Amino acid sequence: MSRDVESIITQIIQGVNGDAALVRRGRYVNLTFQLGIDNHNYLVTVDNGRLTDIQPRLLSTETGVFSVRAKSEHWHKFWLPVPPRDYQDLFSMLPKQYAQIDGNVLPLMQNLQYFKDVLACGRMPQEGAANA
Amino acid sequence: MPEFEPIVGRYFTMDVAGEACRIYVEEAGSGIPLVCLHTAGSDARQFRHLMCDETITRDYRVIAFDLPWHGKSNPPDGYRDREYQLTTDLYKEIVMNFCHAFELQQPVVMGCSMGGRIVLHLALEQAGYFRSVIALEGADRLEPYYSLDWLHRPDVHGGEICAAFVSAQVAPQSPDNYRWETLWHYMQGGPGVFKGDLYFYWHDGHFDDRSPLIDTEKCPVYLLSGEYDCSCTPERTQATADRIKGSSMMVMPGIGHFPMSENPDKFREYLLPVLEQIKG
Repeated sequence: MSRDVESIITQIIQGVNGDAALVRRGRYVNLTFQLGIDNHNYLVTVDNGRLTDIQPRLLSTETGVFSVRAKSEHWHKFWLPVPPRDYQDLFSMLPKQYAQIDGNVLPLMQNLQYFKDVLACGRMPQEGAANA
Repeated sequence: MPEFEPIVGRYFTMDVAGEACRIYVEEAGSGIPLVCLHTAGSDARQFRHLMCDETITRDYRVIAFDLPWHGKSNPPDGYRDREYQLTTDLYKEIVMNFCHAFELQQPVVMGCSMGGRIVLHLALEQAGYFRSVIALEGADRLEPYYSLDWLHRPDVHGGEICAAFVSAQVAPQSPDNYRWETLWHYMQGGPGVFKGDLYFYWHDGHFDDRSPLIDTEKCPVYLLSGEYDCSCTPERTQATADRIKGSSMMVMPGIGHFPMSENPDKFREYLLPVLEQIKG
């Protein structure tokens, strides 16, 4: 991955919490989910639609309600300003198994567009586009 | 007076599987009938841009109707005690009954997604009737990649989940206003309707064993596939085209699963030459 994970995570947190409409759409979401990049897992905590914490998962006993995982090469394409085909959305990565979802996916399905938009906040802005 | 669009919408009742169904239909233009079939879980509003395109409507009578259970067409009486499930035979009957009710002569039929699948069935079985078929995002076989049960259950909002599932299939280049209009149609679908449509699209409507029997001399077949369609991928469309000798296949760069509604300006660049060719 050309960008370091830390900067992507920072961008996701700022992107979500700085987007009042996205926070409103996730206002009933209160949980922790796992974001997997290669073999590294991160616990993402959501509190009424706001991201309050993203921490590396250090212990097996620390877990999330559901997990979303992909290899870094796939996340890299997903987070490009204009993703190539099959990478434009979390669910477009599923048919060819570029991404995997596991666990109790009910809250993911209940707030699917919200979670897809949260992950897309890691996307690099298009050249010339105003910074959000 | 307001500046009306050229689209005229009306209701009529037609027979569907022995039952009277109140159907909503929109049309614009005159000339060769062009019957448009919407995607699973949506409705005929997807074709509004075609109906307002004078380049098309000066030669084509563009007609789009909401399938029963969809849009402003009613479900049959007693729907609350039924589980909606679209079958291949029922879908073919609906389209043919519609065309006969309108007394259409040698129409072109263009469908998207599941509509793109059924037009392939019609190209085989009604080759003498249709002037040509256009399959948008219409392969003769697909494989499911999510469980349909999520689309209709009390603990998940049906409209939200349907829209969130299909939003994956819109190209990133498509204008935001058209993207969200396309998704709005899905948010408005009736409970279980998208799921019932996908029964046809993913299970009952497989056609790869018979698509090689289509005679494109009798009924020309055009297959147009969006680059970003992750369901009916360009590869699947190409495989379909390979099975249908004499068919014409084109990949539309920068377009997803909903060409006519997600990026109408781009789509017309690909559609107009096809319509010109059909017109002859």
